[in-house]
Amino acid sequence: MIIELGHYALVLALGVSVLQAIMPVFGALRGDRALMEIGTVAAKATFLLVVLSFGVLTYAHVTSDFSVQNVWENSHSQVPLLYKYSGVWGNHEGSMLLWMLILTFFSALVAVFGDNLPETLKANVLAVQAWIASAFSLFILLTSNPFNRLIDAPGEGRDLNPVLQDIGLAIHPPLLYLGYVGFSVCFSFAVAALIEGRIDAAWARWVRPWTLAAWTCLTAGIAMGSYWAYYELGWGGWWFWDPVENASFIPWLAGTALLHSALVMEKREALKIWTILLAILTFSMSLLGTFLVRSGVLTSVHAFATDPTRGVFILVILILFIGGAFSLFAFRAARLKAGGLFAPISREGALVLNNLILTTAAATVLTGTLYPLVLEALTGSKISVGAPFFNMTFGLLMLPLLLAVPFGPLLAWKRGDLLGAGQRLFAAVAIGLVVGCVIYYAQHGGPVMALFGLALGAYLIAGSLTELLLRSGIGKVPGSVALRRLKGLPRSVFGTALAHIGLGVALIGIVAVTAFETEHIVEMKPGMTTDAGGYTLRFDGLRDGKGPNYTEQSGHFTVLRAGVVVTEVWSSKRLYTARRMPTTEAGIRTFGVSQLYVSLGDGMADGGVVVRVWWKPMILCIWGGALFMMAGGAVSLSDRRLRIGAPSRAKKQKKPVLEPAR
Amino acid sequence: MIRRLLFVSVMLLSASPVFAVNPDEVLADPGLEARARALSAQLRCMVCQNQSIDDSNAELAKDLRILVRERITAGDSDDAVIDYVVSRYGEFVLLNPRFETKTWLLWGAPIVLLLAGAAAMIVSARRRTGKATGTPLSDEEQARLDSVLRNGE
Repeated sequence: MIIELGHYALVLALGVSVLQAIMPVFGALRGDRALMEIGTVAAKATFLLVVLSFGVLTYAHVTSDFSVQNVWENSHSQVPLLYKYSGVWGNHEGSMLLWMLILTFFSALVAVFGDNLPETLKANVLAVQAWIASAFSLFILLTSNPFNRLIDAPGEGRDLNPVLQDIGLAIHPPLLYLGYVGFSVCFSFAVAALIEGRIDAAWARWVRPWTLAAWTCLTAGIAMGSYWAYYELGWGGWWFWDPVENASFIPWLAGTALLHSALVMEKREALKIWTILLAILTFSMSLLGTFLVRSGVLTSVHAFATDPTRGVFILVILILFIGGAFSLFAFRAARLKAGGLFAPISREGALVLNNLILTTAAATVLTGTLYPLVLEALTGSKISVGAPFFNMTFGLLMLPLLLAVPFGPLLAWKRGDLLGAGQRLFAAVAIGLVVGCVIYYAQHGGPVMALFGLALGAYLIAGSLTELLLRSGIGKVPGSVALRRLKGLPRSVFGTALAHIGLGVALIGIVAVTAFETEHIVEMKPGMTTDAGGYTLRFDGLRDGKGPNYTEQSGHFTVLRAGVVVTEVWSSKRLYTARRMPTTEAGIRTFGVSQLYVSLGDGMADGGVVVRVWWKPMILCIWGGALFMMAGGAVSLSDRRLRIGAPSRAKKQKKPVLEPAR
Repeated sequence: MIRRLLFVSVMLLSASPVFAVNPDEVLADPGLEARARALSAQLRCMVCQNQSIDDSNAELAKDLRILVRERITAGDSDDAVIDYVVSRYGEFVLLNPRFETKTWLLWGAPIVLLLAGAAAMIVSARRRTGKATGTPLSDEEQARLDSVLRNGE
């Protein structure tokens, strides 16, 4: 009965969404407040209904109700409680319901906090959100219903995919979806602006915090997914240019561009049309990502559910929304007036360069991902596009961007002074060169590209700090004054600096681990040792163990440095009993920002075991950089101006009324 | 059904803790082995999803790794090894597609897009500077301006 309640709540959510999709638009057209108000109420109601529906599915999973097909297929009575919760979205149907939950959550946020928006804009935004919600709830109900019952309830479930039985599943998809779906709000704002044919700086002030929030979550989701793959898949890779990874990376690149162009629009009223287009593009890429992952067009480790009918359905949604939005753009964009002027060398100019490179990079990754599919469909010839292609094209595109990043914040709006900015970055360039030389000396040479990459990373960090130093006057004015100035700086300045520092940190991690990683593949017997990164690893022996729903074989290793025991590592192979599926649990020890990564292979006939040992120098910088970027996003988001900037109707000040002089 | 079976078997293979490169495959000469590893990273494991033969533990990947090492020990250059593998397995095996008629769009896309974007930028910037912004004064405003200028109000 409870299950049917959840199902019914979802049907009801669809009904309310359809109302929300139609009524406010008419209200906005006719200036009918009551009709527009329906949007606000309906958005809150839809959210509550989807919460109810999601809660019911969670209840089914937690209580292991195997009469529900979705629970039977993806759960097991012996699964630890955490995975019963996270298993709710560890499958196609549940993850789509999570998608809906987050979408309606954002709609409800707009409904609740959007009181200071112009009435018609709010009504239209909520309507567009509801178009998306209607389409996806229909999709869930027709092709991916998580509430389907089995006539004869089985006694035991088929277990959650063992690769997914990890804390990563509890965090990665929700964060990723918060990012993906968060961009839907930007999309809705863009489409609403096109419907109204009007756009101003207040629009950008509203869109920017949404972009920031979505971007921060997406950054977190991607970084989290990367670390998860790194420790779970057992071969120490952290980015594979897998189509599904690309599907989340393309919206990230487009979203990063949007973040920067919305800044120009808010501050200078320029790039209006382009910002609208980017907002549409970013969410289109999120939808495309959903389509690629959910349709099974691409087969990859993430495609835990593939079904062609679903693919066709999502493709239709995709065409309707992307095609519709672009047609609207084509008809209406001309009505939006272009804004402020700026010289090519200016903060605006730098941000345009940022946008040019980021969108080209997004398009390149998209082309590389889809090219084999399209080519095969058109000509029948099969080719592969893999990591070497992406590394080369993407790397080449990023190079000029990374060099330019520190210049952006140092250039003035409207007309900047490139030479002056260059002079102020002198110290940063010097630091980069010194770092390059030190590493050259320490590594006795080393690959040129690696030296250059590390120097570039150091330059990025120093260059990002330069603005803070200059604006606070550290070194030029007394310390107390500098500190006071630093405190007085807008938060967004710190946000920018943090995010750009993160870029440098991540780059250093990527370059260091690519160039200086060491790998040993050895067959070991108890007592034997192998060296990695200045440490000695001694194999002590194997031990059999048993978990709630798996059996495992663990190897015990002692880590020594100069003959002294430092720590120990366990590395194991597991066999999940329900699916007879083996997984690796790599043994990882962290030393500073570097890691020792031990993976266990097959046992040999003579009692030895194959062991793969990696020394991953500075690898934690990769995700540390992402943490910096997230912190930057969060700090920018807390900027006062973003909260009080939007025009507020509640606190309308009495301005002297301008009357024509007589 | 067959696709699903294939999918499941691929999943099983890719998740299996059997290693990609095993100690018995490694060449004695570190220089040759380094070349073999670099080449392996560019060759696709045909039965896997987006994995190079260097990362994969499938049987077929192992065969290919051994083949690459055989060719290297026989004295083939890197290009010759790649050509040999392509002649046997087709271009699908290359993770880094060759530049030819059917891939010029792929390789050209970044450059073309970058140039097109830059051109669009320049054109729009030109147009913007050429055009006066703002709306002209209305008659009323013009009249008021004139009166201000005349009377020094």
